[in-house]
Amino acid sequence: MKTNEKISREHLLYLKGIKRRAIKINAIRIAIFVIFLMIWELSYRIGLTDGFIFSSPSRIALSLYALASSGDLIKHSAITLYETLLGFIIASAGGTLIALLMWFNETVRKIAEPYLVVLNSLPKIALGPLIIIWFGSGRTAIVVMAVLITVIVTVITMLAGFISTDENKILLMKTLGANKFQILAKLVLPSSIPAFISMLKINIGLSWIGSIMGEYLVSEAGIGYLIVYGGQVFRLDLVYASTLVLCILATGMYALVSLAERKINSKRK
Amino acid sequence: MNPILRLENISLTYHSLSAETEAVKNLSLTVYEGEFAAIIGPSGCGKSTLLSIIAGLLPPTGGEIFIGGKKLNGKPEKLGYMLQKDELFPWRTIEKNVFLPLEIKKILNEENKKYCVSLLEKYGLKEFSSRKPSELSGGMRQRAALIRTLAAKPEVLLLDEPFSALDYQTRLNVCDDVYKIIRKENKTAILVTHDISEAVSVADRVFVLSKRPASVREEKILPFSKEITPLKRRKTPDFGKIFEQLWRSLNDENQ
Repeated sequence: MKTNEKISREHLLYLKGIKRRAIKINAIRIAIFVIFLMIWELSYRIGLTDGFIFSSPSRIALSLYALASSGDLIKHSAITLYETLLGFIIASAGGTLIALLMWFNETVRKIAEPYLVVLNSLPKIALGPLIIIWFGSGRTAIVVMAVLITVIVTVITMLAGFISTDENKILLMKTLGANKFQILAKLVLPSSIPAFISMLKINIGLSWIGSIMGEYLVSEAGIGYLIVYGGQVFRLDLVYASTLVLCILATGMYALVSLAERKINSKRK
Repeated sequence: MNPILRLENISLTYHSLSAETEAVKNLSLTVYEGEFAAIIGPSGCGKSTLLSIIAGLLPPTGGEIFIGGKKLNGKPEKLGYMLQKDELFPWRTIEKNVFLPLEIKKILNEENKKYCVSLLEKYGLKEFSSRKPSELSGGMRQRAALIRTLAAKPEVLLLDEPFSALDYQTRLNVCDDVYKIIRKENKTAILVTHDISEAVSVADRVFVLSKRPASVREEKILPFSKEITPLKRRKTPDFGKIFEQLWRSLNDENQ
């Protein structure tokens, strides 16, 4: 954009219009949320809905407050966050490494293909009982669950990213006498950064699924445990509150990756 | 004049599941030092295949290649290859793009860097050295690509239809530009093209290839002096005449 030039009246109006539209969209978003909360709270207050089953914003807030003041909120969040992050990091790094290996060696890729297809379509949760037997009923099992759910998609996404490197640019590297490591370091990796970022975004969702599922199956602590526990003893306020915490944590993690993406993009552009 | 590149009885056979194809058969040609040679041929005759063989990307199934009198084995160090598109890496600045060959050949030292910077300066890209390729016009990008090709000081430049991705107007200008730079830097160049007029406008010597399997059907020395740039050549009376002859030669081949 040319900022130094004088802006015409017409262009100014155009910019204003765009800004106004953005404000409007944000206002409506917030309004929908507030109205939803109000209706929810009101219908509970006037007895239209059963607070025991449907809870209400104020009950959830109270439940959150109780969780926070007893220190349980931090404890359970920290545990689940730890499992999720560990699963996320292991799966993202491990999956990328496996994809690299498959990029390097076409024979390996061909051999691995059918296994990948089968593993990708298998619902990993089905392996739950086996994982518990192999890894015990502790955190390890949960992290393994998160890794299993995430790693296959990582391999597939990253391999597709590596393979889609511009053939002509690879040709250019070859005409310069580049070996495979140089092609990888100077061309394939940098041009796969968009694929890497979209992989990270997908993996956030998947590793959360993995850790929460894992906690449903075996845990004694964590947000998934709180949700299951709340459901079993019919403390549904607890279920709603835990779900809210989960929402906030997952969104926060997504926001971090988005921030990193913006940083990288502004550097690349 | 010393021969700088000599191909002797080069043959190449492709293998695919359905067939075995002879792409090049007993092809011999010689290019002399400081010359601008052009290779033209009917489409699909294996022109680019020939360049890949010279560049050492495809080992020929028969024959020998000599560069500067030495038999070629493996990768030729003295060659620079310019592709159809500029293929500048969008995440690198122009300067870093130009340094790429130095990085790959592991000769990224102050002296070579200085040489690249001087080329950028000489050919009007200095103020763009810290810009990204997306900020440059098509013509400037192609010039940057040429400077990248020159970065490792190759003796022979291989140009694989380097202007075909540009629109006509830009194409003529960039061709003029590239011609002047190559002449000024005293490089030997081999241009592969399907565009006869392009070949006539730049070359000292034109090789007409036969259809597949490719071999040299005709070799023609053009009567232009080196000072006449491609754009000026196009205006000379000889241009039309030579174009006509080469066009016929290619056409006969197609029948």
